[in-house]
Amino acid sequence: MAEVAVARPQSLPVGPVGRRGLGWWGVATLIASEGALFAYLLFAYYYLGAAAGPGWVLEPHPPLHLALPNTLLLLASSLVAWWAEHGVLQRARGQALLGFALTFIMGTVFAAVQFYEWHAKPFRLGDSSYASLYFATTGFHMAHVLVGVAVLGVILLWTALDYFSPRRRLSVSAGVLYWHFVDVVWLFVFATYYLTPYLGFGR
Amino acid sequence: MRVADARTPLVGHVSGAHAVRLATLWESPPGLKGFITTVDHKKIGLRYIITAFIFLLIGGLEALLMRLQLAGPELRVLNPEQYDQLFTMHGVTLIFLYASPILSGFSNYLWPLVLGSRDMAFPRLNALSYWIYLASGLFLYAGFLTGHGPNDGWFNYTPYALRDYNPGPNEDYYSLGMILLGISTTVGAANFIVTAFRTRAPGMSLNRVPILVWGTLTANVANLIVVPSVSLAFFLLWCDRQFGTHFYDPAFGGHHLLWQHLFWIFGHPWVYAIVLPAMGMVSDGLPVFCRRPLVAYALVAAATVATMVLGFGVWVHHMFATGLPGLGMSFFSGASILITVPSALTVFAWLATIWYGRPVITTAFLFFASMILLFVIGGVSGFMTASVPVDWQLTDTYFVVAHLHYVLIGINVFPVIGAVYFWFPKFTGRLLDERLGRWNFWTLFIGFNLGFLPMHLTGLFGMPRRVYTYAPDMGWTTLNLITTVGAFLFALGVLLLIANVVLSLRRGARAGANPWDAPTLEWSVSSPPPPYNFAVIPTVTSRHPLWEERLGEPGAHSSLKEGLLLEQRRETLGTTPVDARPDMILEMPEDTSAPLVLAVGLTLVFVAMLRLSGWLFAIGALLCAVALLVWLWPRAEMGEREPAHG
Repeated sequence: MAEVAVARPQSLPVGPVGRRGLGWWGVATLIASEGALFAYLLFAYYYLGAAAGPGWVLEPHPPLHLALPNTLLLLASSLVAWWAEHGVLQRARGQALLGFALTFIMGTVFAAVQFYEWHAKPFRLGDSSYASLYFATTGFHMAHVLVGVAVLGVILLWTALDYFSPRRRLSVSAGVLYWHFVDVVWLFVFATYYLTPYLGFGR
Repeated sequence: MRVADARTPLVGHVSGAHAVRLATLWESPPGLKGFITTVDHKKIGLRYIITAFIFLLIGGLEALLMRLQLAGPELRVLNPEQYDQLFTMHGVTLIFLYASPILSGFSNYLWPLVLGSRDMAFPRLNALSYWIYLASGLFLYAGFLTGHGPNDGWFNYTPYALRDYNPGPNEDYYSLGMILLGISTTVGAANFIVTAFRTRAPGMSLNRVPILVWGTLTANVANLIVVPSVSLAFFLLWCDRQFGTHFYDPAFGGHHLLWQHLFWIFGHPWVYAIVLPAMGMVSDGLPVFCRRPLVAYALVAAATVATMVLGFGVWVHHMFATGLPGLGMSFFSGASILITVPSALTVFAWLATIWYGRPVITTAFLFFASMILLFVIGGVSGFMTASVPVDWQLTDTYFVVAHLHYVLIGINVFPVIGAVYFWFPKFTGRLLDERLGRWNFWTLFIGFNLGFLPMHLTGLFGMPRRVYTYAPDMGWTTLNLITTVGAFLFALGVLLLIANVVLSLRRGARAGANPWDAPTLEWSVSSPPPPYNFAVIPTVTSRHPLWEERLGEPGAHSSLKEGLLLEQRRETLGTTPVDARPDMILEMPEDTSAPLVLAVGLTLVFVAMLRLSGWLFAIGALLCAVALLVWLWPRAEMGEREPAHG
C-alpha cells in the first residue's frame, strides 16, 4: 500500500481577506464580458463607417469643448476612487468617505454633462446609422456610469456604517475595480467617436 | 460575531458525527421554501437537466410536425406561417434552450463532485442562472403560444426580421428573450470559470482535471466573450424595430451584414461551446468502459482549447455566399479547415483508448463509441462546406441541415444520453436498465441515421431548406419519406429512454457509490451524494484518484478518507488557479430567495420592454435593485465586513 498524501495547510485566510476572494474574480469576469460588449459596439462603428465611406460621420469635427473636460473629469474620478480605497487600507475613514463622496459627485456630473451633450447634438437617434450608433454606444456607457455611481453610493453608505477594515474590504476593491473599468472603457468610446473623425475616419 | 481573519483548518477522518454536523449545515429545508431558496449545485444541476430535456421533447415534437408536412409533396398539414414558426422555434428551442443548458446541467451537478469541492464558486449565481434560463424559455414560448413565435429562422437575418417585413411582435419576443437568456448564460459562464480556477481539491493541478472540466471551462470562456455579441445584435434589432434606429437599414447607412457578423461572431464559437463539454463527457466516460485511462490526455486537453481558439476565427464560413472579398473568405476557409486537426486528434485518442483497452459493452459505451462515428460523418460534411466553392453549391440546402444534425445530435444528444446512462446511478442511486438500454440505443442510432444520412442526398439534389413543401416532380419524395420514417423511429427511441428512466427510478438495481468502477472523485461519494458532497476535502495526487493502486501510480496516493474537515459553517477550500495549493477557506452562502426575486425582477423588466410599459419597467428595476442590495450586502459572519460597532 502506497503512502497517502494529505494536504495540511498552515494558517489560511477565512473568507475574503484583502482583495483575495472569489468576489474579485467574479467582478473580473463581469468586466471581461462587458469589455467584449463595448468591443462589439465599436466594431459596429468601424464596420458601418468603413462600409459607408465619406460623409458618414454627421459631425466631421465633433466639438470637444465639453467632451474633453468631461473625459478628464471621469479619469480624475478614477484617481479619487483609488485614493478613497487607499483610505480604507490606511484606516483613514475620513479620507475614504471624502473620496467616495467625491467620486460619486464626479460620476454624477459626468452623467449630467453627457445628458446635456446628447441634448445639444444636431442629430437625433433616428437620423442615420451613425446617429443611432452614437446614442447606442454612449447610451450603453451611460448605463454603466449610472450603475457605477449607484455602486459608489452603496460603498459610501457601507463605509459610513464603518463596515470595512484593511483586511475586510473586498466589496470596496471590487466596486472600485468596476469603476476603473467604466472609466477606461470610456477612453475607447471617446477616442472612437470624438477623435477618429479628426483623423479622417468616416468624414 | 467576528470571524477570525485566519485559522489553521483541522484535518481529520470521515466520521458519523462529523457527517451529521455537515448535513445540518448544508441541507436545504424541505418543501416549498427549500425549493425556492436552495443553492445546492446538485439540485440546480438536475433542474437544468430536466428543464432542458423537456425543451428537447418540445423541439422534437416540432420536428415531427414538420416531418409530417414534408413526408410527401404538396401536403397541407401545416400552412406556410405555421411552418415558419415551427422551424424557427425548433432551432431556437434545441440550440438555445436544450443543447447548451443540458451541458450546463451536467457540469453544474458534476463539477464540484469531480473537483473535490462542496459547491460551485458562486452558489447563488448558479440559482440565478437557472431561474433566468427558465424565465427566458417561458418568455420565448409565450410568443409562440400566443401565435407570435419568431418566424425568420434561428439566425434571424435582416431585412426579414425588420419591422417593415415582419410587423408583428414575433421578433420582439425573440430579441428580448435571447437577451434575457444571454444574461443567464453569462453569469453561468462566470461561475464555471471561477469554479474551475479556484475551487479544486488540493493537489488537483490543471493537468489533473477531467476532460469534462476542460470542455466546459473552454466553452464558458468563449461564452463569456461572445454572448455579448448576439445580445447586442438582438438589442440593436429591437431598437431598429421599435425606436426607428438604422443599424441594419442600408437606406440610412446601416448594413444587413452587420447582423450576420454580430450573430455569427457569437454563433460559431457557440457551436463549439455546445459540443466541447459533450466531447469531454466522452473523453471521461469512454475510458471507464475501456478499463484504461484516456490515451493522450494532454493532447486532448490541448485540442479542446485549440478548437475554441480557432473557433473564434471561422464565423465567416456562414457568410460565404454574401459576396465578401475573396481574401477574407480564404482566411476563414483556411481556419475552418484547420479546425479539423484538433478534432481529428481527439477522435484518434478515443479510438486508441478503445483499441488499447478491454471494452465492456454497456449502453453508455455504445452511445459514447457511436458518437465517434457520427462525429466523423458530421466533421467530414463540415470540412466540405468549409471550402468556399463547395459551400456555394451546398449553402441553404438540406445538405447543411444534414451536416448540422450530425453535429448537434451526433456530438451533443448521443453523448448526453450516454452521460444519462453513465451518471444516472450517481444522480439517483439506481442503475438504468441495460436491456431496455440496448433497445433504446439501437432505435435511436438506426432512426437517426435513417433520417439524416439520406438527407445529404436531398441537399445534393437541390432541395432548399426552410421550404414548407415541394412539387412531386422534383425527385425528393422518396428521400423525404425515408427521413420522416427515420425521425419517427428516433422519437420512439426517445420514448424508450423516458420509459427506462421512469421504470428505473422505482425498480432499478441499487447502484452503490461506484457501479462502473470508475476512477474520478464523484464516484468516491455515495449515490446520490450527500448535500455537502465530501465529508472531508480530498487531496489529489493523480488524474485517477480511484485507480491509483491498480495503475501503480508512483509516489504518494490521493487521500479520500482523511482531509480538511471545514465544519464551522458552510465552508469549502479555495485553491490557487494552476497548482491547486490551499489558498483560503471559502465561506459559502446560505440558502436565499434573492436569486429568484432578481430573476422575477429582470423578467418584469423584459416584459415591460416588450410592452413598452414604463411603470412595469420601474417596478421590475426596483425589484432587481432590492434583490441585488440584499444579495450583496456584506455579512460579518462570512468575513465580508467587520462586525458593526455597538
